[in-house]
Amino acid sequence: MNWISNYVRPKINSLFSRREVPENLWTKCPECGTMLFHRELADNLNVCTSCDHHMAITPRERFTALFDGGVFVEVKVPEPLTDPLQFRDQKKYPERLKAAQKASGEKDAMLVAEGDMGRTPIVAVAQDFSFMAGSMGMYVGNAIIAAAQRAIALKRPMVLFAAAGGARMQEGILSLMQMPRTTVAVQMLREAGLPYVVVLTHPTTGGVTASYAMLGDVQIAEPNALICFAGPRVIEQTIREKLPEGFQRAEYLLDHGMLDRVTHRKAMKDELVTILRMLTGQPPAIKGDLPPPDPSPEVAPQPSEPAKAPQA
Amino acid sequence: MNYLEFEKPLAEIEGKAEELRAMARANKEMDVEKEAVALDKKAETLLRDLYKDLTPWRKCQVARHPDRPHCKDYIDALFIEYTPLAGDRNFADDHAVMGGLARFNDQPVMVIGHEKGHDTKTRIERNFGMARPEGYRKAIRLMDMAHRFRLPVVTLVDTPGAYPGKGAEERGQAEAIARSTQKCLEIGVPLIAIVIGEGGSGGAVAFATANRIAMLEHSVYSVISPEGCASILWKDADKMREAAEALRLTAQDLQKLGVIDRIIREPMGGAQRGRKETIDAVGKALETMLKDLSGKKPEALIRDRRQKFLDMGSKGLAA
Repeated sequence: MNWISNYVRPKINSLFSRREVPENLWTKCPECGTMLFHRELADNLNVCTSCDHHMAITPRERFTALFDGGVFVEVKVPEPLTDPLQFRDQKKYPERLKAAQKASGEKDAMLVAEGDMGRTPIVAVAQDFSFMAGSMGMYVGNAIIAAAQRAIALKRPMVLFAAAGGARMQEGILSLMQMPRTTVAVQMLREAGLPYVVVLTHPTTGGVTASYAMLGDVQIAEPNALICFAGPRVIEQTIREKLPEGFQRAEYLLDHGMLDRVTHRKAMKDELVTILRMLTGQPPAIKGDLPPPDPSPEVAPQPSEPAKAPQA
Repeated sequence: MNYLEFEKPLAEIEGKAEELRAMARANKEMDVEKEAVALDKKAETLLRDLYKDLTPWRKCQVARHPDRPHCKDYIDALFIEYTPLAGDRNFADDHAVMGGLARFNDQPVMVIGHEKGHDTKTRIERNFGMARPEGYRKAIRLMDMAHRFRLPVVTLVDTPGAYPGKGAEERGQAEAIARSTQKCLEIGVPLIAIVIGEGGSGGAVAFATANRIAMLEHSVYSVISPEGCASILWKDADKMREAAEALRLTAQDLQKLGVIDRIIREPMGGAQRGRKETIDAVGKALETMLKDLSGKKPEALIRDRRQKFLDMGSKGLAA
């Protein structure tokens, strides 16, 4: 406990994200148990090469694969109050938050970026399940509002990749209030006539599913993703019976009319491009991995302090 | 009278007083009134002490008290010409949610609420106030109708949460809640929500995304039940007292956080000990809130409602 461990080391850690120094070169697929070499797994977008199980992927990795040439610009998210409730369970909330920030190198469970995907300009938002189970607190709400405002300013569609255990209990009622707040963001996009596409990834549950993640114009899910309001364990305890195989999985929801499509992660980009270009009246796109776009002069400057709240 | 666990000492004293009086009734020569009155006094002091400073967990228990007035009681007492409207036009009519046209002080309104039921039969029929997707879809339909015919919407929130069942999930519980919240944000008429008991998570938000949100003094509104929170964060469901404390789910804390607009006082000993007084107080508050919002243009109502929620969270407890 000194200056080096308290200050210098975290600083260095935050400069080099953990991913660059893999602790383990091999990952075991949680579904089929195959040991997968990290580079091969990363090349396959964290999809198991043996059983096609879609593992979690960080927003940065996803954006790198999604945007042409892996180039994107982060959209600034207004910082909320830290720990408004002074929440404490077995640990203090700020300690949990700091640990998650240190482990991920990110501020919170949501990353917002703008860029070109298949030469189609979009604003993308991705939720990070590895950050406190992707839980929705005020930062996540602010991120979605900032993304919607940016999409409206640039007149671009918004694509959201959801992954969350639900609301962040440590922010109590204020996490719950992100349900209406993010719904306002969806309304703003709708009124601006901009497409909002949601990609549901494993797992998306609770208050997240019951707000912005279910309000897309088009709802796509990754294969076998668990998507639900109440989790299977809670339901089994309530109704005291075993749930059928595949219950609340993407394919099950597709069968029950809750989704438009179930799409493999590797096919996702092309599919999003196809859909968004039709919805925005653009000609068909060139598919595949494209180099980064030329630096375009027409990109509107980002407001230095994004407006906290829009005038609807 | 149903006593809560923390009211046990009170039950004893009140029980003794009742016993004495019963004996006196049976035996005319006995004069116990003096002693009974003394016990009454003692009980009153104790009640005052117990309710002076309820802990969050005790508030949860009071909010769930079976003798509290429920949605139907308020509708019967405060509205006239209540005409229930049923069904979601897709699948079923959910009895956990009641709603329909009614007049409040002669003004036609749309009233919607969770109903928990008051005995075993009605509780089962009402599914303990836990709505299924059909309940939210019925509410959406009613709110939409209210919007088109320019009727203010009044919602009475009292639910442990949306029902976690197999069919509910298959029929899109999450989507139904999300759409109900969305509908709340869309309607160009005054929307007033009153939490009369339990405001359980998303199931409550779906009705409470309102222009004005009021809570009864001992009601609670939370992202998760204290029991659920305890079992996740403390890995021990018996830590619900600590969880209730940490979650800041009381009306008093929520007002400080800027989440609700007003607190409606309950009689001493909670709504269950003065049902009529409580219902009247809710009626008064509703009247004031409706008056506040009357004459506002549809666009202004929608804009203000949205802004209200966008601004939420800018206020911490410390501030």
